[in-house]
Amino acid sequence: MSRAPKIHVVTANALIEGDVVYLTAAEGWTRDLKAARAFEDQTEAEAALAKAAKRGNEVVGCYLAEVRLTAQGIEPTHFREDFRRRGPSNYAHGKQAAA
Amino acid sequence: MYVYDDFDTAFLKERNRQFREQVARRIDGSLTEDEFRPLRLMNGLYLQLHAYMLRVAVPYGTLNPNQLRKLAEIADRWDEGYGHVTTRQNVQFNWPKLTDVPDMLDALGEVGLHAIQTSGNTIRNVTSDHFAAAAADEIADPRPYAELIRQWSTDHPEFQFLPRKFKVAVTGSEIDRAVTKAHDVGLRMVRKDGAEGFEVIVGGGLGRTPMIGKVLRDFLPVADLLPYLEAVVGTYNLLGRRDNKYKARIKITVHENGIEAVRDLVEARFAEIAPQFDTAATLATLARIQGMFRAPEFRQVSDLAYQAAHGADPVFRAWADTNLHAHKAEGHAIVTISLKAHGATPGDMTSDQMRLIADLAERYGYGEIRLSHEQNVILPHVALADLPAVHKALKGRGLATANVGLVSDIIACPGMDYCALATARSIPIAQEIATHFDALKLEHDIGPLKIKISGCINACGHHHVGHIGILGLDRAGVENYQITLGGDGSEDAALGERTGPGFAYDQIVPAIERILRAYLELRTSREETFLQAYRRLGLGPFKEALYGAERHAA
Repeated sequence: MSRAPKIHVVTANALIEGDVVYLTAAEGWTRDLKAARAFEDQTEAEAALAKAAKRGNEVVGCYLAEVRLTAQGIEPTHFREDFRRRGPSNYAHGKQAAA
Repeated sequence: MYVYDDFDTAFLKERNRQFREQVARRIDGSLTEDEFRPLRLMNGLYLQLHAYMLRVAVPYGTLNPNQLRKLAEIADRWDEGYGHVTTRQNVQFNWPKLTDVPDMLDALGEVGLHAIQTSGNTIRNVTSDHFAAAAADEIADPRPYAELIRQWSTDHPEFQFLPRKFKVAVTGSEIDRAVTKAHDVGLRMVRKDGAEGFEVIVGGGLGRTPMIGKVLRDFLPVADLLPYLEAVVGTYNLLGRRDNKYKARIKITVHENGIEAVRDLVEARFAEIAPQFDTAATLATLARIQGMFRAPEFRQVSDLAYQAAHGADPVFRAWADTNLHAHKAEGHAIVTISLKAHGATPGDMTSDQMRLIADLAERYGYGEIRLSHEQNVILPHVALADLPAVHKALKGRGLATANVGLVSDIIACPGMDYCALATARSIPIAQEIATHFDALKLEHDIGPLKIKISGCINACGHHHVGHIGILGLDRAGVENYQITLGGDGSEDAALGERTGPGFAYDQIVPAIERILRAYLELRTSREETFLQAYRRLGLGPFKEALYGAERHAA
């Protein structure tokens, strides 16, 4: 089985609100995973992460999260990232309240 | 309860002023996150999955009505209108903004509350029996001792950078409602030759390496409490491992060095430092604190109204039969207010509910409120005659669920719905178990049962000491739940035994049902509880109920 190259987004928590954000193509931050920039190239992803991690006045805890590209846009591959983009399952708080 | 003096008030104000400036320096970029993190953690501020979380210390779980009203105000003003009661008797707010936290801390300070040492490698909030000073089975109120320990440990210069966090629990009763054997140090009040003292238990803990605590000293006179504790924590501070976070708790120190070696070191250290302590001054402080914890003058009132309601109203009767506990004063009861309405998030309390409970405590409960590590609220002193009125008021706010100690009275950690460390969700599992057994109408038939759920091996949900423990894990990118049976957090503390392979998210509730249906079949009578049946039968028949069907199908 061939191993497809992994696709990533740069994600973090916003410094003031603490909520989940993703790096966009314009190097801004979005709350919406689908509006994030998906890096298909590992080296580019790591370079973007290193650059984003220096923006400590905007975000905390930058890392690369694995995603897949679907007809509906960017989707997380792991359930933790699914919860992060959506918010808690017991209340419509956080991102769900804003939606 | 303890009343702050000028020193306490000034100390808190100064701490809050410092933290306000630290937050400002973080935001203006003068502090990096690496520099800021230890500062925010010292003030109880975590960064979780979706937001910051502020953990407010509720010393030994005791609150007065004004404090609870202040928590309600904070919930409304800076959070999502609710607070979460934790398994260490604290309250967490799940949605604060970093910029609001200094104001939240100032608001807490107005009523003598704070978030100091609710995180970090320090001595954490001292927990205690939530029925303290009310239970008939008590030797003495443990809270003055817990308060003395709180004062000694808060900002203790030697113990701000311990190898790992350090949790102390104190109980004044033979009946252990404070899980003392699963704490770094557990103190159980005992009497010897007419004098009060403590049995000191050390090295208990849950987490990735669960251990039941061992007796370090079978009788510690009250006068030696602080120097002895200082010797224990001081010994641990030097001996405890700092090379591996997962081997840094005192339970590992005791396990690796042996209880005898630790005891020798502690006793030697105690002999060395005890003379430096001013015992007379400590006892004077203790006496002053005890004066603040004097029991109220319990009213003498007829219980006819209670008897009438108990006879006439089956809903009241069901609640009274499950949610009340014997009080030491005649004509009174201890009320447990369930924060586990079927389908609700265990331990969550809305601001309206907080205000109602505060009002009820003031009107009917001598102004006393407790939070339990089982994530419920206690009104420790209520006259029987007032119970129908209390029940009616609670019912109006969804707080009268008659399920204390039953299948739906579940401890659940926040799990992956909030916690950054979690490996799986806990809350929805608790919600589904509660609604499932409520729909089956089996709850009261099953009887006393403690289900405890943790969303990772750190075991904040105490799953190891649940009669049924559930541990949520990430198995190859999928939520998977392991079951343990036969755990017990009481004075007969025991760790649960793992049944075998875990279950998928949508299979865990049916698995719990198979266990409980097996219990209903196997018990000798209604009087034999699940835990008793398990102790009689062992794991075998429950394992068969859990996995038998799969094996036979295979």
